[in-house]
Amino acid sequence: MSDLPQQLLNGLSLGAIYALIALGYTLVYGVLRFINFAHSEVFMVGAFVGCYIGRLAGAVTWWSGLTALAAAMLVCGVLGWIIEKIAYRPLRGAPVLNVLITAIGVSLFLQYGGQLVFGATPRTFPPLFPETRVSLGSLDISTNQLIVIVVTTVLLVALQLIVKHTRIGTAMRAVALNPKAAQLVGINTNTVFSFTFVLGSALAGAGGVLYAMNYPSIDPLMGVMPGLKAFVAAILGGIGSIPGAALGGLILGAAETLVGGSQFSTYKDAIAFGLLILILLARPSGLLGRATVEKV
Amino acid sequence: MPHPFRILAAFAALLLFAGCGPRDSATPATIKIGNLASTTGKDATYGQSSTRATRLAIDEINAAGGVLGRRIELVFEDTQSKPGEAATVAKKLITRDKVVALIGEIISSRTLEAAGVAQALKVPLLTPTATNPAVTATGDYVFRACFIDPFQGGVLAKFARDDLGARRAAVLTSISSSYSTGLSQVFREQFAAAGGEIVADQKFAEGDKDFKAQLTAIRSANPDVIFIPAYYTEVALIAKQVRELGIAVPMLGGDGWEAPELLQIAGTAVEGCYYSTHFSASSSDPKIMDFVARYRARYDGQSPDCMAALGYDAAHMMAGAILRAGSPEPLKIKEALAATRGFEGVTGRIDMDANRNASKPATILKIEGGKFLYLKTVTP
Repeated sequence: MSDLPQQLLNGLSLGAIYALIALGYTLVYGVLRFINFAHSEVFMVGAFVGCYIGRLAGAVTWWSGLTALAAAMLVCGVLGWIIEKIAYRPLRGAPVLNVLITAIGVSLFLQYGGQLVFGATPRTFPPLFPETRVSLGSLDISTNQLIVIVVTTVLLVALQLIVKHTRIGTAMRAVALNPKAAQLVGINTNTVFSFTFVLGSALAGAGGVLYAMNYPSIDPLMGVMPGLKAFVAAILGGIGSIPGAALGGLILGAAETLVGGSQFSTYKDAIAFGLLILILLARPSGLLGRATVEKV
Repeated sequence: MPHPFRILAAFAALLLFAGCGPRDSATPATIKIGNLASTTGKDATYGQSSTRATRLAIDEINAAGGVLGRRIELVFEDTQSKPGEAATVAKKLITRDKVVALIGEIISSRTLEAAGVAQALKVPLLTPTATNPAVTATGDYVFRACFIDPFQGGVLAKFARDDLGARRAAVLTSISSSYSTGLSQVFREQFAAAGGEIVADQKFAEGDKDFKAQLTAIRSANPDVIFIPAYYTEVALIAKQVRELGIAVPMLGGDGWEAPELLQIAGTAVEGCYYSTHFSASSSDPKIMDFVARYRARYDGQSPDCMAALGYDAAHMMAGAILRAGSPEPLKIKEALAATRGFEGVTGRIDMDANRNASKPATILKIEGGKFLYLKTVTP
């Protein structure tokens, strides 16, 4: 199979985007113990911000691309902060189910509010970075694919550094371990929750721009499918684990492209999700997740 | 077919009666025609073009005195490009708004939904643009103003083989769209029958955005041409990814390619590609030029595409049928629609065949310099 290197590269760049979105799910789950279903809509907003900045910038240079990326992360970070403040903070201490339903509400609000603000028609995403193509034998690499892989790696490493080596990161881990005890030792849990949301949403914003760059047709419902896939990737890798989210994204991306290029391309989602069921049967807490005992 | 003078006489008589009636009934009830199209969602441009032109036609008919002395009222509903919505909307138009006929839907899958409802409730449905053969096979109340996929697929297969000289073709089909699967099947059969070889047959599902996996497989099959029977949003993404993978062969498609967004999203990726369609706005036919001018005047200088031309023709075919039926009853309109012969529309001369499909010519366009250029016309 001479296509294998090309298919693996395709899978890697698709998986990297899933990984970036999955990080947001996993981060919020790790600290707050709930799934933020509005995450995929923050991803969509990121793509639209990138679209507007890209149009404003006019000329396509490396700077315009990086500016759009940074702007999307900033706007989405602020959006995440607002969502946490308005929708989730009043529900602190409420049963998880209530928060979950609120998350679905926020998600629908952003989807259909987005249709009102941006319009329901798909839009063209402008090119952000200078595009070229590198051919290495049977391997064709587009600069967009490289950018996705590089940006994801940089953000992943940065995130790992923040969580492991800064004061706020230590506080996040403390809250994840035991919120009450963290509060007792003087950690402001509200700040930690806000920070977690900002961080996760900024990653979704970056994911939105990268996704739209590769698939340049965006609409307000564009977040649903990649959001779902990234959610699966987060579960697959073990929700709550940062390397797990990255691994889950890569596995899902690779599985999807390998099946997509075979005879069974029609069943690509079925096989990708079937894989999830198999892995979870063998490892119920995901590949890199820690098995926890629910204390009653 | 009744003599034209008799129609005119009947028409005049009706006008006379309308004039003689008591004052309060001087404005007779309007004739309601339902119009369903996707003006939002992923097939939005198709629906918008089509319904705009339908409205233009109806307004022109009303300005000229309407049909049977009555004004036509177009009741519009948006199907939002969502599966399932067309059936709901068709039911609403027929049962609540009491329309006597329907014009729509735009794409084959949703027209099939609406056709089932129209057939069951015995209201004629005329789709301007649904090309899948199964649509009119629903029943005797379902008609179309466009050619069908077997014709279009055959034209494209012959074009690929004879005009492009292709020996090896790859096909990329959307399995969740009846339009795509229908066109794909005919193309594969006809291309093989013309002595060509189908070297890759790849599939995707509606809503997919990443096609690199399928395209990598197509690349290693080394085709001379890639046939992509899909709608413009997907075609644009596919075309970009085709070029990103370094595949330089021309791509070929059907009328689903027709939208300015194709050029916006795909940019130079679709240069040198071809597609078949119903109409070309760059034609020098005076009738077409006249239609283009009126459409531009009404809609801020926008040029009509094939969806608009078909929407315009469908409205005139429907109005003509109501006139020939002599009364706005669904059963009579149905019979009159079935008897449509030699209708001179902007998309060519249309005859309704025994299977309620329009028999008419196809146009092949080439994309060059960021424009859709007229290449040739193929008659049935």
